[in-house]
Amino acid sequence: MMIAQISARLAGPALAACLLLAAAAHAESSEPHRIVSVGGATTETLFELGQADRVIARDSTSVYPQAVLAKPDVGYMRALSAEGVLALSPDLVLMEEGAGPPDAVSLIAQSGVRIVTVPAGYRSESLPGKIRTIAAAVGQTAQGEVLAEGVARKLADFDRDLGSVTVRKRVLFIMSLADGRPLAAGTGTAADAMIRLAGGENVLSAMSGYKTLSLEAAAALQPDVILLPDHAAPAGLTGDVLDMPAFADTPAARYRALYRMDALYLLGFGPRTPDAGRELAGKLYPSLRQ
Amino acid sequence: MSAQGGRPVAGDRSAAAAFFLILLAVLTAAVAVVSLGTGPAPLPVARVVEILLAGPASGASGDGLIIWQIRVPRILIGSLVGATLAVSGALMQGLFRNPLADPGLVGVSSGAALGAVSTIVYGGTVLLPLTLVFGSYAIAVAAFVMAFASTLLLYAIATRGGRTSIATMLLAGIALGAFSAAATGLLVFTSSDQQLRDITFWSLGGLGGASWNKLAVAGPIMLAVLLAMPVLARGLNAYVLGEAEAFHLGVHVQRLKFAAIFLVAAGTGAAVATSGVIGFVGIVVPHLLRLAMGPNHQPLLPACAMGGAVLLLVADMVARTIVSPAELPIGILTAALGAPFFLWMLLRRRGLVDL
Repeated sequence: MMIAQISARLAGPALAACLLLAAAAHAESSEPHRIVSVGGATTETLFELGQADRVIARDSTSVYPQAVLAKPDVGYMRALSAEGVLALSPDLVLMEEGAGPPDAVSLIAQSGVRIVTVPAGYRSESLPGKIRTIAAAVGQTAQGEVLAEGVARKLADFDRDLGSVTVRKRVLFIMSLADGRPLAAGTGTAADAMIRLAGGENVLSAMSGYKTLSLEAAAALQPDVILLPDHAAPAGLTGDVLDMPAFADTPAARYRALYRMDALYLLGFGPRTPDAGRELAGKLYPSLRQ
Repeated sequence: MSAQGGRPVAGDRSAAAAFFLILLAVLTAAVAVVSLGTGPAPLPVARVVEILLAGPASGASGDGLIIWQIRVPRILIGSLVGATLAVSGALMQGLFRNPLADPGLVGVSSGAALGAVSTIVYGGTVLLPLTLVFGSYAIAVAAFVMAFASTLLLYAIATRGGRTSIATMLLAGIALGAFSAAATGLLVFTSSDQQLRDITFWSLGGLGGASWNKLAVAGPIMLAVLLAMPVLARGLNAYVLGEAEAFHLGVHVQRLKFAAIFLVAAGTGAAVATSGVIGFVGIVVPHLLRLAMGPNHQPLLPACAMGGAVLLLVADMVARTIVSPAELPIGILTAALGAPFFLWMLLRRRGLVDL
């Protein structure tokens, strides 16, 4: 903790590197070597911290970076199998809040494997804390501090740049277009948090969660921008979204303002979130790009 | 009903029945043993035997924990759930005199689904007291209570002047099922992304949550259904001829209906509560065995119990090894393993499908 505070104040990279070496030498004995990582953002953070070799398995929501995919998959984070995880003989299970089922988690804990729960939540302010928790769990406190500080600084810089935006763009996030019916993001979703982070306004703030919109209601929302994750519709079809009768008479269609972004990058709330936020803001407000 | 007399009659299949009973008993034991030695954690047979001989005390950690806290309760719950689902299916087919009947007809599945989905969606808000009292068992408790309440309601609707009309129960069951499905649909609409995933996994079933605690609570209920089999079998044999005929054969028809309906509700309610919705066992196992050994309920019900246990244990073995270290929902496998076998039997013995 002392190390964390000192390096927070004097976050010079050189000093941090020295501290890192000292910390690494100190914590050598208690460091986990066989980590099962559950949760996309957690796995991403571990890889960012250079712990790739120690991660022996991941869950099905962990798909970035590419190298993660080579690790065994313990299944969806909320449907873990106790024996499946224990069979890998891990010495640490890092899981994002909400991982389960509870029976499986308690069996894993009972077997003596250390479990560290990483707080979830779609608030950019809590991102550095999340990174510090993960880093501390794997004995990389100093390195985690560097990463957390970097993320915090990027977020602060980004927030300052956003100050120049006066008119907020009204954004409609469409999770999927199954059967031509838009499944749109309301409040309390990662998409809503990202829209606000990027200085936009969610047109669907009257609803919570992901909801299928009636085409008429979609038209009435009058979004300035429509945002889609990559998997929402085949690439060739995105142009058609704007031509759907529901959207034909919206500002988004008039200015052809439809953007696609990778789902995990945009919604993962991991170390890449400040970049994703900036990229989204750059699409919303081209003036920010300079 | 083929033969109940003493001398040989054309179509007497009691010898075949006895053969299948013995075969199933051996098969059940064999599958349970193999299942104990199978799983994502590679434990050699000698090690498994050693742990078993060391007794439950060795279950605190390591390999002992995998055997005593994970595999043993899972196999016990799996066999009980499989047996209960198959026997309940056979009982319902006998009671409704309809080859397509299953416990869903008395409102169990739709009620359980409504209970479970309500808890998944509102367990953290409106239903918080339930979550606080029952902890991680809240979903199971809600599923069981709602399953039983649905059956109680249907029974009350279909019973007039001390007589339960099976036809009314069937129709009211369809109406209540539709209503429960509508309520569940509304809950699904209001659910978050994560809750939606939970609902999907619950509705595909799985034995992953098996534990001694669950066995202690749900086991006796399922066991009660299995123990009642011999009592119900004779009554159902007579009942196949018709309600009036059964009455004249000395069967207390109303008591039979009451017992069968409530045992099925309690048993399948407990099964669904412990392991989610596991489809197809209640249809495929009774039909398969009826094709093989005839419709006499006396050997049929115990055979269904063992057949159901075997199907579920085999499906579970595949479920926990095929995508290891992850786990496949078991409902996918019971249908995927059971359906082709069932079709093959139908093709071979066409004409024997009717009850």
